[in-house]
Amino acid sequence: MSNSDWPLWEVFIRSKQGLNHKHVGSLRAPDATLALENARDVYTRRSEGISIWVVESAHIHATDIDQADAFFEPSDTKIYRHPTFYEVPDGVKHM
Amino acid sequence: MTQAEHERHFNDKIAKEIKIEPNDWMPDEYRQTLIRQISQHAHSEVVGMLPEGNWITRAPNLRRKAVLLAKVQDEAGHGLYLYSATETLGADREQTIDDLHTGKAKYSSIFNYPALTWADIGAIGWLVDGAAIMNQVALCRTSYGPYARAMVKICKEESFHQRQGYESLMKLCNGTPQQKAMAQDALNRFWWPALMMFGPNDAESTHSEQSIAWKIKRFTNDELRQSFVDATVPQAEILGLTIPDENLKWNEERGHYDFSEINWDEFWQVVKGNGPCNKERLAARIKAKEEGLWVREAANAFAKKRAMKKSA
Repeated sequence: MSNSDWPLWEVFIRSKQGLNHKHVGSLRAPDATLALENARDVYTRRSEGISIWVVESAHIHATDIDQADAFFEPSDTKIYRHPTFYEVPDGVKHM
Repeated sequence: MTQAEHERHFNDKIAKEIKIEPNDWMPDEYRQTLIRQISQHAHSEVVGMLPEGNWITRAPNLRRKAVLLAKVQDEAGHGLYLYSATETLGADREQTIDDLHTGKAKYSSIFNYPALTWADIGAIGWLVDGAAIMNQVALCRTSYGPYARAMVKICKEESFHQRQGYESLMKLCNGTPQQKAMAQDALNRFWWPALMMFGPNDAESTHSEQSIAWKIKRFTNDELRQSFVDATVPQAEILGLTIPDENLKWNEERGHYDFSEINWDEFWQVVKGNGPCNKERLAARIKAKEEGLWVREAANAFAKKRAMKKSA
């Protein structure tokens, strides 16, 4: 068995308390334990993280890039969801 | 979308500096060019560990040894980021590595030169990493998202690589006459191969034009080479070393240094596999893969055992 049979893992790192885990890259490893250790060695050599998540890439479901325009259209057309849509007189404060 | 619509959409994104991401439609040739370039880049990181790894046990003191270890470990990480980027394009990682081992894929010709003395390790950090950084900083703005992100991370990590090399040479240059001579000798041997790292002249570079149009490359080989010369000459002056080129001279009109023509025969000989260390480097990589097999097998066995314990 070579390491091409190892699943691909996506690596997410929380850089400090209070921030989200953020995707930083991927690696291959035979299981989650080794994926975490490898992720530490390649993605946090300079104190970039205090917490790591690894997720098998096969378990990630994504939106279809070709349908993106239609998929996200409902939000693009609702400009009244943004505060700048509303007119408020110049003198009004704290709003 | 039709093929033509896809193409228009793609070109539009390139024009607007919108990054191309893994699942986006892209021309086949764009994909193939990226796989070739990124895997070549990955191989260079990995093969680049060999000349330096050779000196870890012989570093002159513990500080230099720790630094060299950290640098070589970084190069392994950089290889991994880049192999991962090729995988996002659909390349098979094992196949990519096998292509290196069979000689089908290339790596930077600089690593086919030997590191003969300790001063060479300083010169490699200063010149080879310096040239690589010049190239990689430009690639942080490359049009393919995963490649650009890998480059940002690599550039951040590599800035110490060049500085430690320069510092190490500085020490030698301020040392005994023999130490300074050793530094000069390293510069004499690494200067021209470092300039060759930027590849053939623009007129001879087969992939350049299309790569620039697709914004895979942001500057031409000759532009980057010139920037490197302009940045490096004053650094050599501070070391008190002489760059081995009698035609090297500041050109007021151009605002750049003029320098001699590169020995392109030597360049092509090394690219074709006839450099001083080509065979040795490939043999070392193949040996590492074969002799590391038991580690990968042990990792698999251990993962299986852990899984069994969990389910029991």
